[in-house]
Amino acid sequence: MGSYLVRRFGLMLMTLFGISVLIFVLLRLTPGNIADILFDAGGYVDPADKKKIEHDLGLDKSIPEQYADWIGGLLHGDLGFSYQTEKPAIEEIAPRIPITARLAGIALFFAVIIGVPLGVVSAVRQNTKLDYVLRVISLSGLSMPAFWLGLLILMGFVAYFGTIPIYSEQPKGFWNALLMYSVPAAAVGFRSSALMMRLTRSSMLEVLRQDYIRTARSKGAPEIAINYYHALKNALLPVITVIGIEAAFLLGGLIVTETVFNIPGVARFLVEAIRWRDYPMVQNLVMFIAVVVVTINFAIDMLYAAVDPRIKYGN
Amino acid sequence: MSTLDFNAELSAAGANVKTRWGSVRFFIRRYPLGAIGAVIMAVFVLAAIFAPFITVYDPLTTNAAVSLAKPSTQHWLGCDFMGRDVYSRIIYGARISLAVSMGSMLLGSGVGVVLGLLSGYLLGWFDLITQRFLEMMQSLPLLVMAIIMAAALGPSLHNTILAIAIPLVPYVARVIRSNTLSLREQPFVEAAKAIGMSERRIALRHVLPNTLAPLIVLATAQLGSTILTESSLSFLGLGVPEPHPSWGRMLYESAAEYVRTAPWLVIFPGLAISFVVFGTNLLGDALRDLLDPRQRS
Repeated sequence: MGSYLVRRFGLMLMTLFGISVLIFVLLRLTPGNIADILFDAGGYVDPADKKKIEHDLGLDKSIPEQYADWIGGLLHGDLGFSYQTEKPAIEEIAPRIPITARLAGIALFFAVIIGVPLGVVSAVRQNTKLDYVLRVISLSGLSMPAFWLGLLILMGFVAYFGTIPIYSEQPKGFWNALLMYSVPAAAVGFRSSALMMRLTRSSMLEVLRQDYIRTARSKGAPEIAINYYHALKNALLPVITVIGIEAAFLLGGLIVTETVFNIPGVARFLVEAIRWRDYPMVQNLVMFIAVVVVTINFAIDMLYAAVDPRIKYGN
Repeated sequence: MSTLDFNAELSAAGANVKTRWGSVRFFIRRYPLGAIGAVIMAVFVLAAIFAPFITVYDPLTTNAAVSLAKPSTQHWLGCDFMGRDVYSRIIYGARISLAVSMGSMLLGSGVGVVLGLLSGYLLGWFDLITQRFLEMMQSLPLLVMAIIMAAALGPSLHNTILAIAIPLVPYVARVIRSNTLSLREQPFVEAAKAIGMSERRIALRHVLPNTLAPLIVLATAQLGSTILTESSLSFLGLGVPEPHPSWGRMLYESAAEYVRTAPWLVIFPGLAISFVVFGTNLLGDALRDLLDPRQRS
């Protein structure tokens, strides 16, 4: 186990290093930089001014030099400055993290507490009307774009309250915040809960066909115990993996959802930073997302070994 | 055991494949939802092909007189801010949205198959490096990857296809690789080796055709996801540029402010996206059930 952990950790670092190079090179290939965009907006171009800005931002150095500057800073905990606001990048990113984390957390919570039980019911009542209805609902959840569902929810708000919820300032108080964040979380989490439902259903069906279930049935165990104890325990294993994958996917869905609801979170900020060619912000945000995803995957692997005694790492 | 044979799969499932309609009728009866999915997709594809014949207004012509007109007998689904007919834009938008998503699905799957096959067949250092690289790409969410690609490539129709196709590659490559790994241990591959067939021939004639079934299942599922990715990209203004009418782009133009004033601008393009993806999902489920007996319920 120990050697596996070390190896796995090494691979994680390698992956992150690879992403840092990839994102850095891709950004430098991107047509136009912040100086171009500023001068586009200004409407005139004085080459000397543009050169000066590029020099100030270090954009006139070679790409390997620029990369070394960034990574060197990163290792010292210095994320650089935002080109747009000229504030330290950390001051821009840090306050946005809890907003996105809360949204993702609530969405994932919804997904699990709605998706898993409905998936179990759907499997236990396979090929009944209820099963069909649940399957069509979950399939439509996978078919709707998250941002459109968000827009529909806003429309519902307009119809019933005549106004839409405002997210530009952080809601005060725990319950108030929970209520406010539940709305966009539902928009982005519907897809996840649909996925959980489908996955739980197919995993449950697979388990219900196994020999030990037949044994339990033939020794006269009550149907409820078979379905909700014997089968469910094993059917949940693959669901755990997907919770991890879905957590990463949610970060993608949150980009559009935060845009729709105008929420000042990390995900929406990434798109803005890309539009402005705000290299330090994009690089740091992408690295942040990569670190989160890689860490979640790692945690899920470990969790898997903890819940499934058949899995042993490092042998 | 050389190629994927739909008739064989269908007859194994109990269809009468002797008559031409036998297998179709069987598919409809056995997978009614899958058949509905196929019909939905066919309707949109036909609408895209015959767009000029089923629309009255040009999707690009602006007309200030009908700016933000409500749905009426003249303009069934209303008009947008510039007075362009929403119905026409949705029908013509099917061309863009379907072309972009199918193009990126084909491109991403094609590259994925080549990488997966090479990786699973050559193994060694090629496999090691490819796997690490794919893993790296997968550690960013698909949409984040697509957004960065779209920004790096610059806005154009072709680049949008590329930006969606590239993040797709690892998902296909990994499935094909694991399939190849198990196929190369199969007796028929050993037999082909024993009679002196070249490695390349074995890979192309025996291994590749047998990865077709999982590939079809995967590709159908991914068509839905590429349509959604395209719409998200265009919604964020990073996808298909003006003046092409794309469903996601229509929602970008009409986002939050029209939620209050012109809901038809928000509802209909989203319905189009949802319907097509719903169709691909229904068909994809049926195909998976048919081609992957282990999952059959």
